[in-house]
Amino acid sequence: MALFDAWKKLKDGLSKTRDSLFGKVAQLVNSKSSIDADFLEKLEEILISADVGAGTTQTIIESIKKRVKQEGYESSGELTHLLKDELARVLQATGDAAPGALLLPEGPRPFVVMVVGVNGAGKTTTIGKLAYNYREAGYSVVVGAADTFRAAANEQLEIWAKRAGVEIIQQAHGADPGAVAFDAVSSAMAKKAEVVIIDTAGRLHTKTNLMEELKKIRRVLEKRLPGAPHEVLLVLDASTGQNALQQVKHFTEAVQVTGLVLTKLDGTAKGGIVLAISHDMQTPVKFVGVGEQIDDLQVFDRAAFVDALFEGTEIAT
Amino acid sequence: MFESLSQKLEAVFKKLRGEGKVTEANITETLREVRRVLLDADVNYKVAKDFIEKVQARAVGQEVLNSITPGQLIIKIIYDEMVKLLGESKAEIRTSNTPPTVILVAGLQGSGKTTFSAKLANFLKKKGSNPLLVAADVYRPAAIDQLMMLGKQLGIPVYVDREAGAVKIATDSIDFARKNIRDTVIIDTAGRLHVDEAMMQEVAAIKEKTSPHEILFVVDAMTGQDAVNTAKAFHDRLNFDGVVLTKLDGDSRGGAALSIRAVVQTPIKFIGVGEKLDALEPFHPDRIASRILGMGDIVTLVEKAQEQFDQVKAVKLEEKLRKSQFTLEDFLEQLHEVKKMGPLSQVLSMIPGANRIPNDVQVDDRALVRIEAMIQSMTKEERARPSMINGSRRRRIAVGSGTSVQEINRLLKQFEEMQKMMRRFSKGNMKKAMRGMRFPTG
Ligand SMILES: Nc1nc2c(ncn2[C@@H]2O[C@H](COP(=O)(O)OP(=O)(O)OP(=O)(O)O)[C@@H](O)[C@H]2O)c(=O)[nH]1
Ligand SMILES: Nc1nc2c(ncn2[C@@H]2O[C@H](COP(=O)(O)OP(=O)(O)OP(=O)(O)O)[C@@H](O)[C@H]2O)c(=O)[nH]1
Ligand SMILES: [Mg+2]
Ligand SMILES: [Mg+2]
Repeated sequence: MALFDAWKKLKDGLSKTRDSLFGKVAQLVNSKSSIDADFLEKLEEILISADVGAGTTQTIIESIKKRVKQEGYESSGELTHLLKDELARVLQATGDAAPGALLLPEGPRPFVVMVVGVNGAGKTTTIGKLAYNYREAGYSVVVGAADTFRAAANEQLEIWAKRAGVEIIQQAHGADPGAVAFDAVSSAMAKKAEVVIIDTAGRLHTKTNLMEELKKIRRVLEKRLPGAPHEVLLVLDASTGQNALQQVKHFTEAVQVTGLVLTKLDGTAKGGIVLAISHDMQTPVKFVGVGEQIDDLQVFDRAAFVDALFEGTEIAT
Repeated sequence: MFESLSQKLEAVFKKLRGEGKVTEANITETLREVRRVLLDADVNYKVAKDFIEKVQARAVGQEVLNSITPGQLIIKIIYDEMVKLLGESKAEIRTSNTPPTVILVAGLQGSGKTTFSAKLANFLKKKGSNPLLVAADVYRPAAIDQLMMLGKQLGIPVYVDREAGAVKIATDSIDFARKNIRDTVIIDTAGRLHVDEAMMQEVAAIKEKTSPHEILFVVDAMTGQDAVNTAKAFHDRLNFDGVVLTKLDGDSRGGAALSIRAVVQTPIKFIGVGEKLDALEPFHPDRIASRILGMGDIVTLVEKAQEQFDQVKAVKLEEKLRKSQFTLEDFLEQLHEVKKMGPLSQVLSMIPGANRIPNDVQVDDRALVRIEAMIQSMTKEERARPSMINGSRRRRIAVGSGTSVQEINRLLKQFEEMQKMMRRFSKGNMKKAMRGMRFPTG
């Protein structure tokens, strides 16, 4: 089963993250029996170096300091527990994706997913993976190639559609992306397809005209099928720094983002930005990209995510 | 965000204002804020730390004679250090004496390599070269088609071989270039993670087989803390000659530039500022430094202020003040200099002795204009010897300047107090004397 394999890969991917990030925590924890300024400074370094952001890191550290003062955590085991707890608490703000979120929620069909994000984040690849996973789960899927701007965006999505075994709706390069989105939903409705996934061109959130274009695509979807889009996924590259906060803010303002996809977590980027986003905004992380293969997508599960981060380290569980 | 950072630093400066020397104590708070600014701009944690330490070492003990406040002196030092670290502006590509010149483009997935390859080809073509683009990404779906389309848009040939592997494509493309009289070969490679050993070996093999004259590492400007790891790993493997920073047309602060420069000693050569094929610019370290600090305006103002109030002038002024030869004429001259620098609100904090203005007194540009008008309506003698300005002269000046006698009275009274106070202080206490002074508020 694709999802199961992907889960294993996620763990492999995360173990790299873990080795570097939480391996360090483990060392730190085991070499200290109590919390001192030195520990907190090291913890700060670990979190900031993971792109958690100075503000969120400060919040986490303050909470830990406060709790240590109140609850008197002293042993490394206790400290580990406290750390995990704090990280989970920050992540909690995202709200947990239900296990097996690729099962579509009850409701009218087709279920329309719009995928947005800055340039090169991994939208088209994620759509290929998503389409594959939905199809594997037994749904009929249509993808809409509404990136009519970037060179060979059509061709790229076409290859992914073929790999995933799903239908693609496209128009010529330079066509109106709204029209493609319209066609894709219409086609899905005619064929009684259950899922439509709309690819959009990468755009920086600062470009007003391009953000307007995105809003228009959303409006077209709403008009073609009341209630659509049912999901608006913002794709974030895990190596992105603090700018991701601006991305979430502006894309949400424009097209009401409902969830995030964190890609390229198979590198050494820690993905700590998820903590910062959870801290500052209420957007849940829904999927994680852990490679360039079609099965390299995983449903984001907060508890599993935190567990996977700690798994195999010297930190007691 | 931009505003609040400037404001934050301003608040710190305010406390420092009037202190004559940069000390450990007065620098700490400023540097703490600056550290936060750097981290928010995605400068790597360790890089930021080292950088701050370097600035501190340079700043402590510096006299703040001619510069404005210790805080602003520190900012100036930070800015200068940052520009220095970022290196020079050098949008040059090494060329080969025996064509073709081979340029290898590498980097992480989605960083902008293919787009940059096309932009560079376009840039070189405009300079008279005959470039050849090489599609050596055999992995990403439609990567070859993407480069072909870009080449077509530019009227630049693209070397394609859909049967071969990346190393062979790259190698063969050089023969092709020779035979077809293309003087520059730009090899676009697949995006790869630095931890992907097989892929890193592939790009190393391409390097070995093609002996590039120039290897460029392409990085997304939005990259966070991990930039140091990837840049270092790619550099260890490829020993690249230059860095290309893409997607700077957004609002990312670009701290990755500083991080990368701190770990690899290669210049940043180009920046990408859009998706269009002409959106390529040479790298300007000063602009990125301002961007990272999020306060280009402050830096400019500090510099302006320094120009205006050079050391000589400051010393002269101090001399005059001490001998209480400071006349209304000098005062007027000061006002002119202040006005040259822009809106009062921005400038006020930068003038030496601006601390004479109590925080609760609102001084706006209009008040300045009125004071100026009053002084301008005085004769030369009156300006040099305000004591001679009697009642009738006051009425004349008021009419001439469109102000009131009361305002003239206030100006003269405050000016007299200023002089009196100055007399009380010796040279060493100058700053204190200035702090006690009241700025006539019209
Ligand atoms: N290692 C790794 N690479 C990924 C992942 N997701 C996407 N990529 C790669 O990232 C690059 C960009 O992916 P795309 O899917 O084209 O990104 P996009 O957001 O559609 O890009 P634009 O449409 O140009 O804005 C490709 O080389 C993908 O193979 C991931 O999870 N891990
Ligand atoms: N706004 C903006 N977008 C850019 C810039 N440079 C590249 N892009 C966009 O970023 C996305 C990725 O660019 P590519 O050139 O395909 O990136 P790549 O590194 O070749 O990607 P892979 O081959 O998949 O690793 C595309 O949507 C480009 O249009 C830039 O300077 N500004
Ligand atoms: Mg795409
Ligand atoms: Mg490419």
